[in-house]
Amino acid sequence: MTASVTAARPPSDITKRSLPASLIIHALLIAASLLMVYPLLWMVSASVRPETEIFSSTSLIPSSIDFSSYARGWVGLDVSFGRFFWNSLVISLLVVTGNVIACSLTAFAFARLRFAGRNFWFAIMLGTLMIPYHVTLIPQYVLFLNLGWVNTILPLVVPKFLASDAFFIFLMVQFFRGIPRELDEAAMMDGCSAWRIYWKIMLPLSLPVLATAAIFSFIWTWDDFFGPLIYLNDMNTYTIQLGLRTFVDSTSASDWGGLFAMSTLTLVPVFFFFLFFQRLLIEGIATTGMKR
Amino acid sequence: MSNAMRTPAGAISVERYQGAVAEGRFRRLWNANAPGYLFLLPWLLGFFGLTLGPALISLYLSFTDFDMLQSPRWVGMANYVRIATADPKFSAAMHVTLTYVVFSVPFKLTFALLVAMALNRGLRGLTFYRAIFYLPSLLGGSVAIAVLWRQLFASDGLVNAALSQFGIEGPSWISHPNYSIYTLVALSVWQFGSPMIIFLAGLRQIPQDMYEAASLDGASKFRQFYKITLPLLTPVIFFNAVVQTIDAFKAFTPAFIISGGTGGPINSTLFYTLYLYQEAFGNFRMGYASALAWILVLIIAVFTAFSFLTSRYWVHYDD
Repeated sequence: MTASVTAARPPSDITKRSLPASLIIHALLIAASLLMVYPLLWMVSASVRPETEIFSSTSLIPSSIDFSSYARGWVGLDVSFGRFFWNSLVISLLVVTGNVIACSLTAFAFARLRFAGRNFWFAIMLGTLMIPYHVTLIPQYVLFLNLGWVNTILPLVVPKFLASDAFFIFLMVQFFRGIPRELDEAAMMDGCSAWRIYWKIMLPLSLPVLATAAIFSFIWTWDDFFGPLIYLNDMNTYTIQLGLRTFVDSTSASDWGGLFAMSTLTLVPVFFFFLFFQRLLIEGIATTGMKR
Repeated sequence: MSNAMRTPAGAISVERYQGAVAEGRFRRLWNANAPGYLFLLPWLLGFFGLTLGPALISLYLSFTDFDMLQSPRWVGMANYVRIATADPKFSAAMHVTLTYVVFSVPFKLTFALLVAMALNRGLRGLTFYRAIFYLPSLLGGSVAIAVLWRQLFASDGLVNAALSQFGIEGPSWISHPNYSIYTLVALSVWQFGSPMIIFLAGLRQIPQDMYEAASLDGASKFRQFYKITLPLLTPVIFFNAVVQTIDAFKAFTPAFIISGGTGGPINSTLFYTLYLYQEAFGNFRMGYASALAWILVLIIAVFTAFSFLTSRYWVHYDD
């Protein structure tokens, strides 16, 4: 979407601007960009600096590169960061699967099937977008505790298979509505079942929106702190965010190198996704106004 | 069934005939609606089991004393009365949260709009700038960034090191109750990327010929901004303001990490959600925490309703 809009702009808009004006704007934007990424770059550089040098300079270039902070941080707790990474990965991938399956089923029903009460349920679904999770938090906790699910990944994963992220349903409904109706009407005439239409027509045509939902699901779950904080108490079940927080508490101010090394590592997957799927992420934000 | 219809009248009892018709009606009803409800089944289970059910239980719990060990004890309005009249930590949390909302949202939106306008000029490198400005929004919610922020604003941190180069001795931002909240505001403003992208999308919807016509009529840049950009952008501004404000009311992770879960120093970073968390999972006052949750819902609902009511006076929709 963005690329085509850029191309459609009249060229006069660009050419009539004077050179000095656009130089000034570039200078300002570059300065602002540097300010934005400086803290991040500083953190990465602190993670490879010799320990003594971390606070002595605000410069980004270390005098020598030393990866020992990573080795130290990795095993800095009773449970290694490898375990936390694995736990986060399992949870995130399950959440992605749950969200994509359950939300697309729901969205397909709302966007394409006719049934009594559809508008009623759709309005309810939109209403749930506005409910802050704090309202359901405590009863849900009591429920999962009674089911014996605390200290397992189930409370973090199972709700996603019940389409609890209304946001993605909404996103997919919007997308599905844009797919020509003739396609499924013709298929329906030919005696295709709703399931086949969903599986053979709708999903293959919806890969961009499914990918957007999957990527956001992954990143948000990877970064989630509150859910794991409540449901995971045993260090063996910790996610990467809880592991990092425990590391902060246990080292407090003694091992800054290790702390920045592990902080950097927790950001790597998110950054990686950002690098590869930037266009999808930005379009997702631009068209729907997702909050992060 | 078509056979039954063809049978001469009298060969089939009236009851059986009517039964067959009713069964046909049921089958038609089933055929028409079943696929929809089958597809909706996971969501319906989730809605009743994880949203509606828990919400009703939470409402009930808010009128009780509940510590998870004994069954809830009905106390009527006592929790709400205590919140309204006798809970200094509630007022502290409210004050902190409102300060956060009032400072972070306008600054964030202003930056977002300014940068979006700078980027919306057909510049080279748009994709690059947009990505750089968006990156903090994407990373911002994580623990690592909160840890980094805590270091940046520590008394011997990077911000003060930078200030000292100009001969300014900065305060210990994080551990000073007067400043700690503003470090969190700064963290939120740093993440202006996602409203910026929405502004950018909105700016692209404004037809270029309006500006061309305006400059032919001799309207200054400032006047063009004030008379064209701003009014046409009000729906987007409204959307961003509502979303960001609701989000700010719900902020949790940065305050938790930066204060080590305490909301200190002297409750100066005791965000509303942090207080709710402490009451529920620190002190196991689940009934009281439920009441706090409903107060939050009420505040957000009142705010949203107020925004929508006032919006008709300043938001211009194309029609």
